[in-house]
Amino acid sequence: MRRGAGWWAAMGHRLSGLALAAFLPLHFLMLGRALGGAEALDSSLKIAELPLVKVAEFGLVIALAVHLAFGLRVLAIELLPWPARDGLRLRLVYLGLAATVLVGIAFAVSVV
Amino acid sequence: MSEARLFLLQRLTALVMAPLVLVHLVLIVVAVQGGLTAGEILGRTQGSVFWGLFYGIFVLVAAIHAPIGLRNVLREWTGIGRRPIDWLMVAFGVLLLVLGWRAVVAVVGGGA
Amino acid sequence: MAEGTLEVRIWRGGDEGAFGAYAVPARENQTVLDVVTEVQRRFEPSLAYRFSCRVGVCGSCAMTINGTPRWTCRTHVKRVAPEGRLTIEPLRNMKRVKDLACDMDGFLGKWASVGTFEGTATRADPPAAIDPASPARREVDAAIQCINCAVCHAACDVVAWDPHYLGPAALNRAWTLYNDARVADRRAVLDGALQPGGCHTCHSHGACTEHCPVGLSPTASIAGLKRAGLVSLLKGGRS
Ligand code: SF4
Ligand code: SF4
Ligand code: FES
Repeated sequence: MRRGAGWWAAMGHRLSGLALAAFLPLHFLMLGRALGGAEALDSSLKIAELPLVKVAEFGLVIALAVHLAFGLRVLAIELLPWPARDGLRLRLVYLGLAATVLVGIAFAVSVV
Repeated sequence: MSEARLFLLQRLTALVMAPLVLVHLVLIVVAVQGGLTAGEILGRTQGSVFWGLFYGIFVLVAAIHAPIGLRNVLREWTGIGRRPIDWLMVAFGVLLLVLGWRAVVAVVGGGA
Repeated sequence: MAEGTLEVRIWRGGDEGAFGAYAVPARENQTVLDVVTEVQRRFEPSLAYRFSCRVGVCGSCAMTINGTPRWTCRTHVKRVAPEGRLTIEPLRNMKRVKDLACDMDGFLGKWASVGTFEGTATRADPPAAIDPASPARREVDAAIQCINCAVCHAACDVVAWDPHYLGPAALNRAWTLYNDARVADRRAVLDGALQPGGCHTCHSHGACTEHCPVGLSPTASIAGLKRAGLVSLLKGGRS
């Protein structure tokens, strides 16, 4: 099958969702360490300084942005009136991608 | 629960989460500037009713939203039966809720 | 490109099979269906394929052309194969019977399962007066033009992944029945579409709409069913 922008958006939406679902329990466990006081949380946050973890974090921020952007498109398709032109809101796919790139840059700049 | 009800819940939680995710993304980008420390995180959240409500609601809607989405993925991409998937998803939702609220208590509650 | 030869590969066999290769003269104004017909007449009399009207009305000629599902009678070779290379296969998501013909039972069965037209009027009644400007009729102005070609069914990944899923054409049909004022039990049509495997199984990403040769939007019809489901859920607490 030749794949269009809609398919790539669907895949991006799905894979980012899977990544977030897998990460969420870990995220909560990590924050739960604060129960043991600031030091315990700090020692966990140290792990977050490892380069590999940094890359993973970057990926998750992107995943969150992607999932938000493409999710809003789905809501627009399903809940807003269906215009004759571009009812699939394909332009929103590109807009969402652009927004995601911006978020990625902002995160990368902040981290270094 | 009927498909229509699950659909309603998932779209409703998506609508609630859209602004929450935006705030969360901005916060991440701001917070990671100059490294992440427990003191910084807890300083912002500890004892704050606003952040307590913010993250309390965030966890609740995420714990509803994620299992419904994951259910579709498992149905389509794995050979697991429908019933087992439904039970797995209930368990996953409860897990997210418990771990998530525990994390909220940890970062917002009295602390050490 | 009128001069020259097309390199054509056509699927031979059922689910098991192989491609046959044919050299077909390139012509001005040549459709993919023309190519298939020429192969059958000149090289391969046993080649099985379906067509009828040749003008985009009957919906019987759809095949997979260079990886994309299309109606073949209105697909010009020039447009889809400027290099002159064509790979022609049966539609996806259905059992292959022989060569380019696939078993339409699954597709048509799902189509029929959303409900057949059952009205309340008898012969004695005057024809129903449907106001063309009424919202319900406007909703389905486009959707009722479906020619049943199964292109959308072949294009949809969810159909490929979930054997229970009714698919875009059947749900589009359900949407037309639901909006038809003459249908006796529209509520039953909606209830059927709200079952597992119904409209909520659709992800709204629109491969069906991108491929429908008639330019219909099954995605819009399915979204309509989802909204109707929401309304009935919020109003009556049903489903
Ligand atoms: S919009 Fe729905 S029916 Fe159409 S291709 Fe996507 S999942 Fe299939
Ligand atoms: S909706 Fe379009 S692609 Fe699907 S069967 Fe009808 S005419 Fe063919
Ligand atoms: S032969 Fe009738 S639609 Fe192509």
